[in-house]
This record gives sequence, C-alpha cells and structure tokens, in this order.
Amino acid sequence: MAELRPARFRRSCSLTLTGFMCVLLLVLVSVVSASREVVSGNNETWRDPDRETQEDPHHQTNSTAHKKAFPVLSFNYDYVRKPFEISLWILLALLMKLGFHIIPNVSNIVPESCLLIGVGLLVGGVIKAIGEEAPVLDTKLFFLYLLPPIILDAGYFLPIRDFMENMGTILVFAVVGTLWNVFFIGGMIYGVCQIEGAELGSVDLLSCLLFGSIISAVDPVAVLAVFEEIHINELLHILVFGESLLNDAVTVVLYHLFEEFSHAGTVTVVDALLGVVCFFVVSLGGVMVGVIYGILGAFTSRFTSHTRVIEPLFVFLYSYMAYLSAEVFHLSGIMSLIACGVMMRPYVEANISHKSYTTIKYFLKMWSSVSETLIFIFLGVSTVAGPHAWNWTFVIFTVVLCLVSRVLGVIGLTYIINKFRIVKLTKKDQFIVAYGGLRGAIAFSLGFLLTNSEMKNMFLTAIITVIFFTVFVQGMTIRPLVELLAVKKKKESKRSINEEIHTQFLDHLLTGIEDICGHYGHYHWKDKLNRFNKTYVKRWLIAGERSTEPQLISFYNKMEMKQAMMLVESGNTGKLPAIMSSVSMQNIQPSAKRRAIPSISKSREQEIRKILRGNLQQTRQRLRSYSRHDLMIDPFEDNVSEIRLRKQRVEMERRMSHYLTVPANRQETPPVRKVCFEPEHQVYTYDDSESPRGQRALPDPSPPDALSLLNEPSQRPNQSRERRAKVPEEEQDQLILSRCFSDPGPNKEEDLS
Amino acid sequence: MGASQTRTVHKYQDLADKTGFSLEQIKNLYQRFQHLSGNEETISRDNLESIPALANNPIRKQIIAAFFDKRNQHQDEVGSCNEIGFEQFLMVMSHFRPPNAKTTEEEKEAMRKEKLRFLFNMHDTNNDGTITLVEYRKVVEELLSNSGDIGQEAAKAIADAAMLEVASTNVPHMGPEDFYAGITFEHFEQILEGLEMESRMHIRFLDVNTATMRCGKSQS
Repeated sequence: MAELRPARFRRSCSLTLTGFMCVLLLVLVSVVSASREVVSGNNETWRDPDRETQEDPHHQTNSTAHKKAFPVLSFNYDYVRKPFEISLWILLALLMKLGFHIIPNVSNIVPESCLLIGVGLLVGGVIKAIGEEAPVLDTKLFFLYLLPPIILDAGYFLPIRDFMENMGTILVFAVVGTLWNVFFIGGMIYGVCQIEGAELGSVDLLSCLLFGSIISAVDPVAVLAVFEEIHINELLHILVFGESLLNDAVTVVLYHLFEEFSHAGTVTVVDALLGVVCFFVVSLGGVMVGVIYGILGAFTSRFTSHTRVIEPLFVFLYSYMAYLSAEVFHLSGIMSLIACGVMMRPYVEANISHKSYTTIKYFLKMWSSVSETLIFIFLGVSTVAGPHAWNWTFVIFTVVLCLVSRVLGVIGLTYIINKFRIVKLTKKDQFIVAYGGLRGAIAFSLGFLLTNSEMKNMFLTAIITVIFFTVFVQGMTIRPLVELLAVKKKKESKRSINEEIHTQFLDHLLTGIEDICGHYGHYHWKDKLNRFNKTYVKRWLIAGERSTEPQLISFYNKMEMKQAMMLVESGNTGKLPAIMSSVSMQNIQPSAKRRAIPSISKSREQEIRKILRGNLQQTRQRLRSYSRHDLMIDPFEDNVSEIRLRKQRVEMERRMSHYLTVPANRQETPPVRKVCFEPEHQVYTYDDSESPRGQRALPDPSPPDALSLLNEPSQRPNQSRERRAKVPEEEQDQLILSRCFSDPGPNKEEDLS
Repeated sequence: MGASQTRTVHKYQDLADKTGFSLEQIKNLYQRFQHLSGNEETISRDNLESIPALANNPIRKQIIAAFFDKRNQHQDEVGSCNEIGFEQFLMVMSHFRPPNAKTTEEEKEAMRKEKLRFLFNMHDTNNDGTITLVEYRKVVEELLSNSGDIGQEAAKAIADAAMLEVASTNVPHMGPEDFYAGITFEHFEQILEGLEMESRMHIRFLDVNTATMRCGKSQS
C-alpha cells in the first residue's frame, strides 16, 4: 500500500505504518500469550488430548438433549493455531523489514540486521513484560529450516572464478585461522578463569575449548547481511564470505570433539589424531555428498524439457536433500550444500528454461531474505527470554579476546599467504578481513545445544554479547570505515563481450605458454579439466545441442537476450536507455560494403515517414497495454519473433531518420533480400522439443540482410542485433517496399495477436 | 673451467638485466630451450609445433607466430623471423612475468602496457596499428576453431558485436557516414582496463625464485 503514495506523504505514511506495526505487535503478543511455547517445540500443548474434542469441528455430535440452534458463526482458533502463529510471525518480520526501508535515512546508517535484532528485543521485552514465556530460537528450527535457504542462495550464486582463484587463501583463513582462534580464545579464557576472584574456577580447560570452538567461527549469515550492503570489491567479499562458509567443517568437528571429550574428561593423543582424521572426513565427505546430489540434479534437469514448471523444485529439493543427508552422518551440511549448488549450476542453467531460472533466483532470494529476517528477530527475542548468568570478567574478556585473536590471526596468516599470492593483500584488505569477522546465530544455536548447566547460561550470555558487539558495533561502523579507508568498491560495470573474448584468449594463451615451458601449472590443469568437462560430463548432463556449445557462444547468446529484453522494456516505457550510442554496423563495416541510399522525392519521403511512424506508434500502444507487472516475455518460450520485432521497431525509428536524410552515393547490385517486418512464421520459434539455442540463434554467413526502401536494389547495413531475426535463404523474392508499406500494419497486428 | 663459468654468468647476467628474470630462472629456461631445439642454437617453428600438448590449443598458430614476431623483441623492428635464438625466446617469455612485491605503480603500469602490446601484436597481423574487423573476426574464429561449424557461424556475429561495443564505448557519437577503421592501441587498452592485465597475464612458474621449477618435463 505504501508504494502507491507520493513521496510527500511518506512521513505520515511511515507514522501510520509504525502505528500499524505496534498494533500488530500487540495482537501478536496477545496471541502468543494465549497459546504459549508454540515455536520452542518443547511442549506441544496444542496436541493436548483435552482439547481434541474441541478442536475437531467436523465431528460434532449433537448429544445434548436440547436442540441447540445451528451455529451460524463459530470460533475455533485451536484448529489453525500453529500455522496461524507461524504465518503471523513471518508477516510481522516482513512488515518490520518493509518499515525500515520506508523510513528514510534509517537504513543508510544502521544495517538491517541491527534493526531486526532491535525489533526482536522489543518484542521479547513486551512478551516478558506481559509475563509470558517467549519463544526461543529452537536449534532444530534454525539448522533445518532457517539456515539452508541462506546457504543455498549463497552457494548457488557463488562467483566460481573468484572463489577458485582465491581458494588457497580462503582455505588457510578458514582452517588455520579458525583453529588459531579456537585455541587462543579457549586457552586464554582458561587462563582468565584461573584468576582468583573471578569465581570461575569451575570452568575446566575442555569447557573453555568448547566455548572457544563455538565462538570463534565467522558466521555466514551475519557476514552476508552486513557485506551485502557495503558493496566492497569482489576479492574481499569472497575472502570473508568463503571463509565463513568453509569454516563450518572445522567448527562441526571441533564442537563435537570437545563435547565428547568434556563428557569423557580426558584427552589422549589417539583422540587428537582421530579428530584430525574426522576433520578430513567431515569436510571431504560433505563435499562428496554435495557433488553426488549435484550431479543427480543436473542429470534430472536434462529431461525436464516437457515439464518446465517443476524445474525449480528439483534444484531446491536436491540441494536440501544434500544438506539433510550430510547432517545425517554429522558431515558438514553447509559444505555439502555449497558443493551441490556449485556442481549443479552450470549444467542446470544450460538445461532449464529462462523462466525457471528466474524463478529459482527469486525464490532463493525470497527464502533467504525471510530466513535472515526471522533469524535476527528470534535472536533478539531469545536474548530477552533466555536464562542469563552475567559475569563481568568472563564476558569482557571474551569480547576482547575475540577481537585480539582475530586481528592477530589475520595479520599472521596474511604474512604467510602473501608469499604465495600474486595479488598481495594490502593492510587495508587485512583490516577489512579482520573487521568483517562477524559472529552470528550459528554460534548462538550451537551454544544452545549444550547440556544445561550453570556454565551453559554463562556461555550463552557471553556468546550473545559477542554477537551483539560484532553485529552492532562492527556492523554499523564498517560502512563509514570502508568509506574512510577508500576501500575499492564492487565493479559496477557489466561484463562486456570484449572482456569475455580476451579472458578466453588469455586462458588459451597462458596454457600454450605453459606447454611451451613444459610446466604443468595452473592453466594446464584447468585446461585439462575443461576439456574433460566438455567431452564427457557435458554430454551426459546437458540436453540436446547445448552440450557442445562453447562458452563464448553461450555468453554471447545470454548477452543478446539481455539486450533484447532491455530494448523491449525501453520500448514499453517509451524511452530509450540513456547510453545508446549512435554507432551501428554501418560504421564498422569495411567501406566496400557500405550502404547506398537511392534518392527519393520529398513527398514520398514524408509519406514513408508518416506510415512508418504510424505503425510504430501502433506497436507502442500495443506494447503499453501490457501490464508492467507481467513477467517479461521469455523469448525462448513464447514467440521469439515478438521480441525481435519490437526490438527492430524501436531501432527502426532511430535509423529511419538517418536513412531518409542522407543522399545516395552509389548503387550496388546485390539483390534485395529482406523486408523490414517479416512475417511471423518465418522467424525461428524456439521449440522446446527441438534443439533449442545453438544454431538457430545465429545469423547466416551469407551476405548481409538488406532492408529495402524502394524497388531499387540497395544494400543495407546490418545490425548484428537486427540480423537475429532473419529470413532464410529461400526468401529470394524482391519484397517491394510498396507492399511492405501499404499493408504492413493490419497484417502485423493480426499476426501478433 | 672457471673462466667459462664466469663468462656464462656474465652472459646470463646481461640477459637477466634485459629481461628481468633471475639467474636461476634463466638457467632453467635455457635447459628447456635446449630441449626444444634439440640442442641447437636456434628454434624453428617446427620445433614449437611438435610439442604435443599444444595440439589441442585453438590458438596455437598465433602463439607460435608471436614467438617469431620481431615486434615482441622491443627493438622497433617489424616482420617475422624463421628462427629465434635463446635471447629472443627469453624476451618473449619476459612478457609473462608477474609483478612482485617490489614493483612500483609506474612499473606496474609499464608492465601492463607491455603485456597489452603483446596481445595487440598478436591480433594486429598486418602491423598497421589497428585491429580491423577482418582481423578481429579471425581472432574469434580461431578461438572457436575447436567447436566446429557452430563456432564458425557464431564467430562472425560475436566479432561484429565486439567491434560494435568497442566503437560504442570509445567513439559514442558517430554519424552515419563515419567509419570506424579499427581498434587502436588506446582503445584496446581502454576496453581491457577491467581485466587488470598485470596480474592476470602471467605464469606462476616465472615467478618462483626457488629451484623447484620443473623445466622440460613434457616429452616432445
């Protein structure tokens, strides 16, 4: 509702919205208080047998002696309680998120995660004030429902090239860095606990190490939430984010290790060795599970050409299964999910339709957004709700030690890593990496899993304090610091075809040089992998002709499609994008092929202009009648000619003024080949049953297509874009302009309908 | 023995100064050179073409041509030779050195220009200072030469689109009669700015200062 109001009503609107949200809060709280403990999942009171008879409206027996009047309106809340409350929570969370973006300036200063935690605190406070028990962030809920969408979203859209190039660095930070953090924090905290007067004598070394392992892992959710908004360059983003993903294996192993040991009481060398073996099993096993499911998913997508609607579901379900399967064996679920997404993506994208791709993208973004919001709100609520045991020494030292160990770890590791890197990490980079080590809900959930004890409460308090500190203080200040330090931001420009060509060229060149040197280096193996991929894997996993399509061509096709859509969109809104340059194919064709325009009389010229404009306007009006909320027409699903035609028409309008104003220089004799608007059936429709893209999208290597104005043979320049919709060679007839112009409109409209 | 050793050292020192390699690297590269040339003084095109690993490379002709291209020798000569000696071999290899921690900004800039020049020379086969549409088409065709017919048809479209893009970015407002003759070196630099050539176009092998390089491993 808020989007429709003009800007000057924003303030009153935001006040209204805030008021509305407060009302909603109160409603929610009263509902929660009436039901209790729904989300914590501990006591399922709604299953209470006493209520069963009341819950079931369908079997009401009319057993009483008096005949009750037939109830026209009855109230049966218990029937829908659980889904109702869940939906209400989610709705509340999303309304809060909406509210933040409407209120001006707030989202610029405070990152969203902080605001959401704040809301959670508020809600928790209100609930507590009423005297009810607030729902806590249940571990099962978190790990099984809230975390996977976020990780899948991150993993599916992981920039592979950057990730692989920096894999060594990321692994060092993730594994060695986390280990350093665990032992440093654990050890120092133990030292602190030994200090007399802190009343912490009961905390033994293993518990401290356990605490260390919980608190030292960088959290992907928090990192994503904060880094998403500051737009730093890809290198730093992938370093911190990759670290947060890969350290899951270390965290899982260490956590289980120390938990086992703290029950057993003693550690032997064998146990330590087993721990190391376990680490490899957990990480590699997780990756393998992910890869298997990824291959299955890719293979399945090969056959979905007739059931496009369920394609996105395959992606989601296979990935989720990968996560769950890994969790069954206590392998690293996060690494499994990432491996599945990464493995699946190139093949699935080659197979599925464009609409499915869009669906996958938007669903993943949607789910991960909801999850993130809920996580932060629950974090806030749990803070208020949970049992706390505040111990000044412990908490303060934990926070300080976390910071110190992070900084030391990053500096030390970077010193070693820079010896092996070509692009060294500068001091600024190191600072951002260190400062970006945020802790989040994973730490909290792991802490929550500990067995109940006085120590657990103290640990939880410390964990929450660290989370709050990193998210609030570091999260809020990182943006001004990035500005202050002038850290390089994300490159805004899109990838161009020239860059793509040269990236490929460089790959081959460097492989060649390596071969000449006789050196089996980086590029050599990459090339081998690519060739293996092309000859074997792609054949199995990609349907039809796409399996042999080289990467450059896929890139080019994608780019063309994007530009086509952009042109259609701009046709819709009636204005062209600002950056269009006036360069066209005619400017780059070698002079022998340059066009010649015969001269035409002024009156004829006017007539032509008028007719053309009329047609174009009609087209525009037709286009405008499509609602802006329609999904963009998918050229590869629907009639591709529509896109091409509209694109052509918009271009035509521009070109016409050129053509008609410049006098002719010479005449040439190649026959007229093509008409301005071509009939529908001649354009390639992308039939799903046939081989989709590949050849069909490509223009004929024969002489360039011509645009005929008049009878005279003339050669027209070809726009590479215009050539996309081309007439096959059979169309040899000279389509005379008069035919084109005298009867283009109605025919075209009919054809389009 | 001592005299010839110092002589070799001096010769290498000379090369080291010119190309920027370390003595260790030069020694290893010399071993490779000997291996490729069959212990002769010079390498011919056949020597390079007979490397089996290169057979799968779609642009191998251009790579081999680059070695024999006089423009890459930094001596203001043009044309191509039929045979090259070790010094020329090293000169070409020096284009693939990565920057190290001690390279200053100006040196990095110069390095980038040098590498881009190398690439430019690979594309500009007739040495007229521009990459014309025909030359660019050839480049893309070669890149896609391993992909059969699909590659050939698409190559033209891709090259045209790429050329159009260069023209649009560098000379956005051309009238209908203007003709964009080809990509000049400045335009070339401009469009590849985002790729950060000085960090991308290098072989790790040429950076390692220790003796763990493995030269001459492949049998040819």
